[in-house]
Amino acid sequence: MSETQEFRTGDTPLPDVLILTHKLAREYDMGSETVRALRGVNLQIRRNEYVAVMGPSGSGKSTLMNLIGCLDTPTGGEYWLNGQRVSDLSDDALARIRNKEIGFVFQTFNLLPRATALHNVELPLIYAGLAARGRRAQAEHALTRVGLADRMHHKPNELSGGQRQRVAIARALVNEPSILLADEPTGNLDSTTSAEIMQVFADLHDQGQTVVMVTHEADIAAHAARVVTLRDGLVAADQRRAA
Amino acid sequence: MSFFEAVRLALQQLRAQKLKSAFSLIGVFIGVTFLIAAWSIVNGMNTYMTEKFAGTLVGVNTFHVRRTPNFTPNVSDSVWRAWRRRPRITFEDARAVEHGITIPVQTAWWSQDRGTVAYGLKTTRQVGLNGASAAYFAIRNIKIEMGRAFTPQEDRAGSNVAVLGHDLAERLFEGRDPIGKTLRVNGLPYRVIGVAERRGNLFGISLDKFVVAPALSPIQRAVNPPGVIDALMVRAGSEPEMRAAMEQAEGIMRSRRHLRPRQDDNFALETAEGVLSFWGKIKRALLIAGPGLVLISFVVGGIVIMNIMLMAVAERTREIGLRKSLGARRRDILWQFLSESATIAAVGAALGVCSGILLSALLDAVTPLPARVSPGAVVLGVLLGSVVGIVAGVYPASRAARLDPVVALRQE
Repeated sequence: MSETQEFRTGDTPLPDVLILTHKLAREYDMGSETVRALRGVNLQIRRNEYVAVMGPSGSGKSTLMNLIGCLDTPTGGEYWLNGQRVSDLSDDALARIRNKEIGFVFQTFNLLPRATALHNVELPLIYAGLAARGRRAQAEHALTRVGLADRMHHKPNELSGGQRQRVAIARALVNEPSILLADEPTGNLDSTTSAEIMQVFADLHDQGQTVVMVTHEADIAAHAARVVTLRDGLVAADQRRAA
Repeated sequence: MSFFEAVRLALQQLRAQKLKSAFSLIGVFIGVTFLIAAWSIVNGMNTYMTEKFAGTLVGVNTFHVRRTPNFTPNVSDSVWRAWRRRPRITFEDARAVEHGITIPVQTAWWSQDRGTVAYGLKTTRQVGLNGASAAYFAIRNIKIEMGRAFTPQEDRAGSNVAVLGHDLAERLFEGRDPIGKTLRVNGLPYRVIGVAERRGNLFGISLDKFVVAPALSPIQRAVNPPGVIDALMVRAGSEPEMRAAMEQAEGIMRSRRHLRPRQDDNFALETAEGVLSFWGKIKRALLIAGPGLVLISFVVGGIVIMNIMLMAVAERTREIGLRKSLGARRRDILWQFLSESATIAAVGAALGVCSGILLSALLDAVTPLPARVSPGAVVLGVLLGSVVGIVAGVYPASRAARLDPVVALRQE
């Protein structure tokens, strides 16, 4: 692994660094007191890394995940994503970034219950402004990649938990994002299915996909090449597994 | 997100939640139905009044010289008493006007009352008895179906001949040939010489239950005191000619009554316009009340839609969060919910148009009220309905658009 860049405010990240946070802070104003969920997180993730973010509840991992996923904006510090400083962009600009750069995989899948797998996967492309024909081809390709070529026209309630999560992964991949961002992706799955999904992530990583996964399960985190542990809003440990 | 995408999504939502959608449609549905039905009735009445009612009761380019106007809404008691004191129109008045008018016109005397007509053992009460001149049929556009009308000679001679209305002839003769038969009008013997064509009804009152006999024949005893008529009907060839003839008639009548320049007429000249001004007053009242009621149902409809949309936003908070996480901008979400409420309203309006047209047809067929659907009402109904949907959707949609994706995604 290459050296971590010495980053100072005013610098630009190296082209190889996909995610860079510098003294990233997020405070919540809860009326009488201020909760400091993140207190200056410095983190650099390079292209094609497979990183697991761990930590006990309240450690700030969900907050970090929301910030990395551009769902939230930090109250302090900087966040660079794919060479662009996104920490102070507008709502709509963030929506664009989420659409182009990030593919979310949620614990509860978050599929539209009344839409087919194909339509669910098409959603990000609709917001990207693609025409119907192009959307379909791309969505079919993404579903084929996760092994659901024969389930395209099924609705979520006609699919197993593992298949639903595969649909969600296909949806996350369909825009060819820079990062696949997974939040407890196996939290609602049994161990066999979890293993399957972890295999899908491993395969995607092998194909060059950058994967960031938030989990509190050590055995799931063990699938990643690098494990970042948060505690009390700070990075407590950053371990790389020898390949 | 494209327009069609949004509408497709909205229709999908409507289909998925049928009962809720039905409730949300109902306000706009009722509003549009009511708008179209009410408009159709006013429209139908209007056509009816201008084409049929006024034409039937007074006649085209025709005025009546009468003691008092026949169609008089809201006359105060004192005016009414003054009218009752006026002298009646006499045979001499009528003759003077007939001879005095220099413009080519057709004239007919006319007296009317209700009475009994009997043939053999059959008796019909409440028949319109008309004492009239030969030109009466031409002026009132009554066509003879069977037999003939009476001639000016019979008119002048006061012959006991009668023309029957279609319904009356059917009731008395039940399909047998009435021509040449003798019947009794208030006890007076009359020979039937003709039957008029069917004229239908006016607000459910038959226009075919009448007898017409020469004004100078004994029927005069049944309709008016001796030497008196209800009206002299004067029909001119055109509207300006009618105006000119009216001026002449007014002059003749004033000089006969010895009225000084500052005195008002003590007789009335009534035209179809006079009848229509009566209708105009009713229409004005309807045009004020109608839009008010329609507006209320649209406001209620809008509130219902707004509530349903607020519920939808609350229920689908997680979906909104998901869409945002996938790259939906504020305006995409806004657009989605706006088009959903507009679609609800448009579907409601479309159904309202159908039921409004059906209701109008039903009213027309079942009640004596005439109804005619106007295309303007349909366009306005759909337009108003959709506007209501969009306006009602703005607040819920902007709430949805402003949702914080982190908060929205966390919602259970």
